[in-house]
Formats: sequence, structure tokens, C-alpha cells
Amino acid sequence: MENTDLTAEKNFDLKSFFFQWEWVLVLILIIVNFINTYLSPYYLNTYTLLDATMTFLDKAFIVLPMTFVIIFGDIDISVGSTVALSSVVMAVAYNLGMPMSLAIIICLLVGTVCGMINGLLIVKFKELSAVIVTLSTMTLYRGIAYTILEDQAAGGFPEWFTFPGWGYVKGIPFILIVFTIFAIIFALLLHRTTFGRQVYAIGNNAVASRYSGVQVNKIKFIVFTLAGFMSAIAALFLTSRMGSTRPNVALGYELDVIAMVVLGGVSTSGGKGRIIGTILSIFIVGYLRYGLGLINVPAQVILIIIGLLLIFAVMVPNLEKYFKRKKTKKAF
Amino acid sequence: MKKNDRGKVFNHKNINKFRELGLLGFIIILSIFIQMRNPNYLTLENINDLIKNTAILSILAIGMMMVIITRGIDLSVAATLALSGMITAMTVRSYPSLHPLLTILLGTIIGLFCGAIIGFLVSKMSILPIIATLGMMNIYRGLTYWISGGKWISSYQMSTGFKRIATGSILGINNLIFIAIVLYIVAYYFVNHTRTGRQIYAVGSNPDSAKVSGIKIDKILFLVYSIMGVLAGLSGVLWVSKFASAQSNTATGYELTVIAACIVGGVNIAGGSGKISGIILGSLLLGVLKNALPLIKVSPFWQDAIQGGIILLAVVVSALVKRSVDRNNLIRREV
Repeated sequence: MENTDLTAEKNFDLKSFFFQWEWVLVLILIIVNFINTYLSPYYLNTYTLLDATMTFLDKAFIVLPMTFVIIFGDIDISVGSTVALSSVVMAVAYNLGMPMSLAIIICLLVGTVCGMINGLLIVKFKELSAVIVTLSTMTLYRGIAYTILEDQAAGGFPEWFTFPGWGYVKGIPFILIVFTIFAIIFALLLHRTTFGRQVYAIGNNAVASRYSGVQVNKIKFIVFTLAGFMSAIAALFLTSRMGSTRPNVALGYELDVIAMVVLGGVSTSGGKGRIIGTILSIFIVGYLRYGLGLINVPAQVILIIIGLLLIFAVMVPNLEKYFKRKKTKKAF
Repeated sequence: MKKNDRGKVFNHKNINKFRELGLLGFIIILSIFIQMRNPNYLTLENINDLIKNTAILSILAIGMMMVIITRGIDLSVAATLALSGMITAMTVRSYPSLHPLLTILLGTIIGLFCGAIIGFLVSKMSILPIIATLGMMNIYRGLTYWISGGKWISSYQMSTGFKRIATGSILGINNLIFIAIVLYIVAYYFVNHTRTGRQIYAVGSNPDSAKVSGIKIDKILFLVYSIMGVLAGLSGVLWVSKFASAQSNTATGYELTVIAACIVGGVNIAGGSGKISGIILGSLLLGVLKNALPLIKVSPFWQDAIQGGIILLAVVVSALVKRSVDRNNLIRREV
């Protein structure tokens, strides 16, 4: 299995270059936009296309570290709760009279600490899978958010705080610029540094990479901390866009984020995937949601579509295996 | 080799017994504490209430235990429960004369269908359980919203016969409790004394050797998720009948409570072990907490945080216990 993958990467030829998952994604992206244009006459202009990014890019910040997490074969489903907790703490801190800048730092700090706790538990207790650790912290973080705000909403942020969510810099949404910067940083980190190679190594074989000197624990800890930090960044933009916050914000973000990563061609069994794929799928899912919203498809139906998308994205690579297995069975 | 294995088994048994006694002790201490704070706790009426409210949770825990034993997880139970409850309630609204048993059957079949889809995805398509159930959770939840149009079905739209499913009693025991007891007896027999039941454990503790020894892993996985679906479907009917209302957001997030009940009850999340007696105690502990927190005037908003903390504590403690067992085994091996 692994051997064929390696050779596939080595022999760079035009055919295999075009038969990559990323090109399929580009095609899907074009189709989605084509359908959107067809459905709504107001869709296709740069203004709408840029504007739409404001509605879905907050999640995209979490997609970047989640790509790392899934590449080394783990999963983090506490991100939505981390977003909620850091957003709630920020709002409460501000309402207690702290300056907004300090509240923002606190927000980032809370997210980072949430991620660190996940990382610490996963690294210290190897018997526990990331699934169960993040599942329990997911309940815990949102639970804490509820104990802080109960069923209240908190807001009343200063005027300038609407800028991250709604502001433009030279006609380009601010959030898009920040996302591009982060995307480049994460892409370089994953594809151009030792750290990134080690993430792949862990995904392919954690034990072997530990024996060959990769500090598995350290890397896992850093990546989960990064996931927490990026969730806090997402919380900033989300809160700014909505103008206020409640303990139940970002409910179900984990599904969207994981769906985007998996659709982006990152294998859930670890060791495979690229940032460019996940970035493409962010825009596919984002524009799909935006387009469906334009023609008034109810949110629940969108939920179904995203769920189906997730299932199909993981099923397609496995289908081939399934039919192969069936064939070999018959041959016997 | 054989001797060592026996040592390990013996030790694990001891630890498991200790776990359950510890859990029971914890429940008793907690009860005494609550009783001191509020004397209304240990009354016959409240205890009856408590057990009745825990019945659905404990039914779901049976299925979840089997899923976790096979190294899987099912996040879609609450959504399946809501879907089956909603469809059943809508059917009851249209056909009030439907016999209660038929409504139970309908809910169960819907659950079976939902579970079988997940079983197919996990066993045949080899999709990770967490991904498959996360996706299906949203699909089922979305379907529930869709078919109901976001509207509730309230008490007055349901027939008395249907509502009697949860309020009536057989042999002086409330129906919910009765159903839970019957299911527990069946599950105990199935898991411990049938070949298929034992194969579930085999698949969980070592899939490779299970495969080599001729167990059809695909079939076991499919079966386990289908059972989970059936129980979730059944619970959906019971839930709707008990609360006399069906909403599209019924039991949102309940899957975590079910998973918590299993983990607190000592079901090993890494697969391969878990006992019926454990999940009874696990569900009971969560039931006690849910029942008692309002009694000792803890804000309901604390419940999630407390529940999350307890799951975390339970998994960490069980990891530590397992570690010490393994260390003891290593020491024994050296001697």
C-alpha cells in the first residue's frame, strides 16, 4: 500500500498530475459556481463572490490546523465548543470593563489553553484516543460557556470591533486577507518544513517515526494547541460578524470543519492530504452553502447536503477498494 | 505464556470488580450526601421517578456498549431517536387508533433502517465510525426538521393509548422500567452466552486475530450498528410517549450522555471490554446526577460542564487503572 503511494509521488508525469483529487475539487468548485450563477442572476460578480467569503471564512481558520490533526490520524471534535467558550469569555471580559484589546488577547489565550488541555491529555494518556478526549472536552468547554453566560447573550462591543467581520481593505474583505496569510503560513509549515514532514510521518506510522527520532508527543501537542488557537481566531471573526455572542454559537462547527478537510482529500486513516485540497473544499462548501441560501433552501436541508457530502467524500476512495475486494473474493 | 495470560485475566477481573464496587460506592456516597442536603431525595416517589427517567438512557447504553466494544462510536443515536420519534408521532397524529405496539414496531423499524445504513458504511465501505456517524447524525437530524417542517407535535395530538406506553405499567412496574429490564436480561444473555455475542468482544479486542479465526468482522460490525439503531428507534418512541411531545430538536446532544454512561460504566473506549452490570451503574450514576442536581439547587446550566468533567475523570481514571494493571503484569512476567 505505502509503496505504491511513494512511487506515485516520485514519478511526476503529466497524467498523474492531472489525475489528482485537487483537480476534481477545482471541477466541483466550477460546477458549484456555475449552478449558483444559473440559480441566481445576482450571483456572478466579484462583489458577491468576495462578499460571500465573509459568511463562511471564520470556520476556515479551524480547517487549517484540523488538516494537520487528521493527517496524523487523529480527530478534534471540540473545536466548536472552543470557539463558543473563547467567544463567551471575551464578551464577558469586555463587559466587566476590560479594554477590548485585552479581551481579544484573553480570547486567544482561552482558545490556546483549551487546545493545550486537549493536547496534554492526548499525549499523556496514550490509551485514550483523541476521539474520546475531545468528545469529553467538547461537553466540558461548552458546559463552562453555559455556566458563565447561562441563557444570556453578551455583546455591546465597541464600534471598531465590527471591522474584522465586516471590514474591507481596498475592496477586499479583511477576513479574506487574514485567511490568505494564515493559509500560506500553514501551507509552508506543512509542505516546506521538517515539522510538516514529521506530521506526515506520524500519520503513516507513529511507532516507526518515534523510533526514527520524531518527537511524536511534542508535535501532537503543538498541533492540538494550534487547533485551539485557530478556534479562538475563528471566534474573534465570528463574534465580530454577529456583534454578540451566546453559549450556543458555533454549534456543529466540528462537522463542517471535518467535512471540509475530508472533502479536501485528507485521508481519515492518516498520512495523506494537502493544504491546497482543503482550501479548495472550504470554498466549495462555502459557496455551496451561500448559493443554497440565496435560493432559500432551509438550513436543515443544507445540513443534510453537508452530511451527504461528507459521507460521499470518504466513500469514494473506499469504493474502489470495496469493488476490488469483491472481485478477489469471486476469483477465489 | 499460558500462565502469564491467566495472571492477566485474573488481574483484570479483580480490577473490574473493584471498578464496579467503586462505582456503586460512589453512587451510595453521593446519595447520602444529596439526602443530607435535601430529604426529599430518598423517597419512594423520587426513586421511582429517577429510575423511570434513567430507563431510556440505559436502553441506549446497551447498544452503545456493543458499538464501543468493537472499537467504534455512534454519534448518531440522538438523531436516530429524534427521527424515529418524530415519524412515529406524526403517524399517531394521522391514525390515532393505531395500536401502541404497532407504533413501537414502527419506531423500531425506522431505527433499524437508520442503524443499518451506518452499519453498511462502517463495515462495507470501511469508513471510520466517527466520520460515518457524524455525517449520518446531521442527515437524520436534518430529515427530522424537514419532515416535521420545524413544527412540534404536542400532547393533544397524540392518542391516549400512545401516551400510555410510558405511563402505564405491567405487573406493577412502569412500562419503561419493564422494557429496560427485559432488554437487559436479553442483552446479558446475548453478550455473555451466545456465540455472536462473544464474537463482538473478539472483534473489539483484536480484529486481526478475530479475522484469522474465521469471524466475519463485517457482519459483526453491521449487526452491532443495526442493534444500536433498533434500540435508538425504540427509545425514540418511548421518549416521545414519555414527554408527550415530539420536536425536531428532541434529545440534541444526548449521544454524549449515552457515551458517558458507557465510559463511566467501565466500557473501554479502546474496545474489547465492557460489562452489562457496568453500564447499569454508569447510567444510574448519570441518572442520579441529573435527578439530584436540581434537588440540591445546582443551576441546570452547570449540568453539561459537570457531565463533561465526569466523563473526562472517568476516562483518565480508567486509563490510570489500566496502566497499573499492565505494570503489575510486567513485574510478574519478570519474576
